[in-house]
Amino acid sequence: MESQNKVIVCDGLTKTFGDFTAVNAITFDVKKGEIFGFLGANGAGKTTAIKMLSGLLSPSSGKATVAGFDVATQPEDIKKNIGYMSQHFSLYQDMTIKENIRFYGGIYGLSRKEIKTQSKLLIKKLGLEAYENRLVEGLPLGWKQKLAFSIAIIHNPSIVFLDEPTSGVDPITRRQFWGLIYEATHQGITVFVTTHYLEEAEYCDRVSIMVDGDLKDLDTPQNLMKKYDKDNMNDVFLYMAVRSKYKE
Amino acid sequence: MKQFFAFIKKEFYHIFRDQRTLLVLFGMPIAQLLLFGYAITTEVSNANIAVFNQSPGQFSNQLINELKSSDFFRVSANVHSKEELEKVFRTDQAKIAIVIPPKFEEGFYNREAQIQLIADGSDPNLATILSSSANAIIMKWMMKKSGNALPVESITTGVRWHYNPSLKSVLMFVPGVITIILMLVSAMLTSISIAREKELGTIEILFVSPLKPGIIIIGKVVPFIILSIFNAVFILVMAWIIFDIPVNGSIVLLLLESLLFIITALSLGVLISTVSNSQQMALMLSLFGLMLPVILLSGFIFPISNMPLPLQVISNIIPAKFYLIIIKGIMLKGVGIMYIWKETLVLVFMSVLMIVLSIKKFKIRLQ
Repeated sequence: MESQNKVIVCDGLTKTFGDFTAVNAITFDVKKGEIFGFLGANGAGKTTAIKMLSGLLSPSSGKATVAGFDVATQPEDIKKNIGYMSQHFSLYQDMTIKENIRFYGGIYGLSRKEIKTQSKLLIKKLGLEAYENRLVEGLPLGWKQKLAFSIAIIHNPSIVFLDEPTSGVDPITRRQFWGLIYEATHQGITVFVTTHYLEEAEYCDRVSIMVDGDLKDLDTPQNLMKKYDKDNMNDVFLYMAVRSKYKE
Repeated sequence: MKQFFAFIKKEFYHIFRDQRTLLVLFGMPIAQLLLFGYAITTEVSNANIAVFNQSPGQFSNQLINELKSSDFFRVSANVHSKEELEKVFRTDQAKIAIVIPPKFEEGFYNREAQIQLIADGSDPNLATILSSSANAIIMKWMMKKSGNALPVESITTGVRWHYNPSLKSVLMFVPGVITIILMLVSAMLTSISIAREKELGTIEILFVSPLKPGIIIIGKVVPFIILSIFNAVFILVMAWIIFDIPVNGSIVLLLLESLLFIITALSLGVLISTVSNSQQMALMLSLFGLMLPVILLSGFIFPISNMPLPLQVISNIIPAKFYLIIIKGIMLKGVGIMYIWKETLVLVFMSVLMIVLSIKKFKIRLQ
């Protein structure tokens, strides 16, 4: 019963590139409907871990399942069941809002009817009715990010990976963005998020911290702050990251 | 299949909304064809010729009239001394001069008439063309003369230019232009379009989507196949309307061979995109790695048989060389597959090799 409620199960997941161990035997799991914060300094191995979990990279050793599928043997099934939004713009700048929605609906195999109803809903939710035929290029950054997130979950995946989704976005939009994230979890979508804004880490249900390829700790933000006797996640993160072998 | 169409549709949005792509796609064929057809021509018409006529008789005037009445020459200067002639060349009033000695007419009856042609060697190509044109006119006149008055028993060589009887240079350039355009559109635009997704990061989204890498590559390539075929037909029709150049062989065969060459060029483009991470790099690689060799080493402008051996060997790895042989064969000589199967096989082999290499490279990137 317990395992059915887990969307990600990671057991000793490792990735080595030659002599370099990018991800060193990380073990954790993510529960259904949870907002899971995945923190770590640049080069800590976050991106490699996400690539393995999204079926882009096969692990060197260890096991992991995402949405019930094995990352090493069933990457195709995983891809159908996850959404992904990266720090880069996930949208095509030379296409309109509507065209972007249709494109993503199309490549995730949604039917024409589904795409139509979904895009109406989505545009209405974001209040973009007047702009649906505008090129994405000219939209404010915050709108783009909110749109990108909504499109990343258009096929109703069981989990969505967000790789630094709010970088460069103003605080108000970031708030609104997190509003969308909460809304998605109410639909039963699990959110796996990396971020550089550590106050955002406090919005997460649980947070893991990676240092030099190791998963150093994993708990709720409150517990972590208590454990390391800090007032905020920023100090917790700095305290842990300072122990890195490679100082930046 | 539905996913595939959604992808193709997106590709067409990219192509039709990018002005630079459109310019390369549709502007270049027109510009190149007109440039090579009209401006860069090796044909001569209305070339300036200087005349230094020292012979008092009729014959020399007849000869000069013969030169004048041809489309090739117009007399730009009549000089009366060597010094004047020098000046004509220095001031560029003529590129060629005909010198008729005082005893021309007497000599004609004794079969020892002499004429001197002086050409400006600072442009050797032009000098050769001008002097051989002048020579031809003089020979023709002489034959006419001797045929009427005094039959001369001599060997006359009649040269006929097979496949291109009037030696129109545009006939040679059209196949070359098609080759360049197909290579450029296919390889450059594909590599740039893939490199752009890498540069902007959108390729990550494609990789995590259920689209298989193979489908992504095919989806990138198919729009350019369609547009390139369209381009080839467009150039052929334009060549036919503007320059009156027919396709002597089978059009179906020509289009099939073009399709093969397009696939070769596209796989080259995909290969380039696997090693370049930015649009700029893709552009540089395709321009310098493809364009120059295609123009210089394919036999389009410089005959391969005149090249030094090392370059002749290198020319064999250039797909355009083989396509040029094929397209010239079909368009000008009207040959069938029997005569060009070897070149066809070479292109097939090159395509397969590059596709295998690209897929390998793509996979390594993903590992």
